Amino acid sequence: MTQNSTITSLDNAVPKGTSLWDDALHRLRKNRLAMVGLIYLVFILVICLLTPWIAPYGYEEQNLRLGASAPSAEHWLGTDTFGRDLLTRILYGGRVSLLVGFIATSVALVIGVTYGAIAGYAGGKVDNILMRLVDILYALPFMIFIILLMVVFGRNLFLLFLAIGAVEWLVMARIVRGQVQSLRQQEYVEAAMSLGLSPAAIIFRHLIPNALGPVIVYTTLTIPNVMLLEAFLSFLGLGIQPPESSWGLLISYGVETMEEYPWLLIYPGLALTLTLFALNFLGDGLRDALDVKASKD
Amino acid sequence: MWRFIGFRTLQSIPVILAVITVTFFLVRAAPGGPFSNEKAVSPQVQAALEAQYRLDQPPMQQYVSYLVDLVSGDMGPSFYYPGRRVDELILQGLPITAELGLYALIIAVLIGTVSGIFAALRPNTLQDYVPMSIAMVGICMPSFLLGPTLVLVFGIWLDWLPVSGWGAGPGDKILPSITLGAMYAAYIARLSRSGMLEVMTQDYLRTARAKGLPEHIVILKHALRGGLLPVVSYLGPAFAALLSGSFVVETIFQIPGLGRFYIQAAFNRDYTMILGTTVFLSTLIVVFNLLSDIIAAWLNPRLRYQFRK
Repeated sequence: MTQNSTITSLDNAVPKGTSLWDDALHRLRKNRLAMVGLIYLVFILVICLLTPWIAPYGYEEQNLRLGASAPSAEHWLGTDTFGRDLLTRILYGGRVSLLVGFIATSVALVIGVTYGAIAGYAGGKVDNILMRLVDILYALPFMIFIILLMVVFGRNLFLLFLAIGAVEWLVMARIVRGQVQSLRQQEYVEAAMSLGLSPAAIIFRHLIPNALGPVIVYTTLTIPNVMLLEAFLSFLGLGIQPPESSWGLLISYGVETMEEYPWLLIYPGLALTLTLFALNFLGDGLRDALDVKASKD
Repeated sequence: MWRFIGFRTLQSIPVILAVITVTFFLVRAAPGGPFSNEKAVSPQVQAALEAQYRLDQPPMQQYVSYLVDLVSGDMGPSFYYPGRRVDELILQGLPITAELGLYALIIAVLIGTVSGIFAALRPNTLQDYVPMSIAMVGICMPSFLLGPTLVLVFGIWLDWLPVSGWGAGPGDKILPSITLGAMYAAYIARLSRSGMLEVMTQDYLRTARAKGLPEHIVILKHALRGGLLPVVSYLGPAFAALLSGSFVVETIFQIPGLGRFYIQAAFNRDYTMILGTTVFLSTLIVVFNLLSDIIAAWLNPRLRYQFRK
């Protein structure tokens, strides 16, 4: 870490005309783990997007006579108890898991960034009240609340996005607020104010773009959290409902039959774990590359 | 210090009250009454049932009487288990969950701090990479995957340990505790590594070395106190997370603790049970956060002064 930062400051000292982003990209490229993570993620995203066209079998296609079979040449990852191709189901499940990950994170991003920026920009009493509220919410046991919401309002996908997103914005709000607060003192913001720009324009055009680094890092680190939460709920039977599928749901099916057909647990588990791995490595790499200091909690 | 404790304690009360209020009205807003699934009952029976559960009163009045009862520790009757009270069911599950959580926390703290310190002693060597890579696996592998995997390997294939249950025989507490503790061990390892690395560059450590103290005394006596601070402030939130983590672990290993009650209540739409458990667990978590803040402030005077401003 210390080595890294000395290199960074040396780089900055030499006027090469590289922007912050060029610099960060350069550093990210040198981080092998983060690059492997990035490549893996792109790969997974592409095959999940293309699933309807490249999946070897149909999603609902059953082969009851075959039943659960171990991995073979026809079914690379084996089949489940209905003779459905596991690879196909993992691909379709991945679509849902990733979708939840990205959409719920976007919800968190929009709420968190807006809230944090307003608090940081307003300062004073407004800031105090808004952030105290975040502190209070932060102390609440959210898992319990999400379960409660799912019980009370039924288990639908839209609500799941909203519930998870509504939980995960708190850290983002804190980070953006801190950033905006320090950016607010800068001359270019004063210049924008004296030009008569509205607060909204200043916040969205000047403050948020300059706080982007930490936002990118924490977005990357929020996605695995969200996916884990979705898998957790689906595992308990409170998240994604059949006939939809997700990695968490596949794992919970796998657990039921793991004694006889361990591959039904192992491959969905591997799919989830590797993706979370990749996201975490990429997030850590981005944090080092963009030199974000703030701690996670 | 006392001002800090007083202020933080006062701050917790509205939080707990807010939890109770939100949960109460959320549960009341749930579609379908608790008895709507049952076969049609005569109006008299229906009225008697509603009177028993106070459903015939206006919501505000229900809320107030719930609060009044709560103060005396009465959480009302369970909708699902006839004749049982929610507080009684919670007290039945609590010791089991608490025991499981305690073992998991011990595992997490022991393994986490030791491997974190170990890694921080020689950063960017194999001694750092190996434990930290394992920690990354621990963070990325969810408990609902780790648990079944452990069961498969140690319970079924090797047949060393029981696959489920609690307290029935020796060994059945091992797998659940490891499953629950693993992820927190990983977090604590990362926290203590970065905490130690930060402390290691401080002047007072150079002074300690310059005095000619042996390295192990420098580490154990001077570096640990500062380096493990982040771990201490993590323990409060970790405890909260352990409780919700126990939902999954208790489900996997069929342990009759609070978590399993909660999930069952969720499926049975046992509204008073959901309400009671939510209120109870939230209060517990708020209290633990409070305790961990107080301990952190006690260990790190800077936090107290920050507050005074």
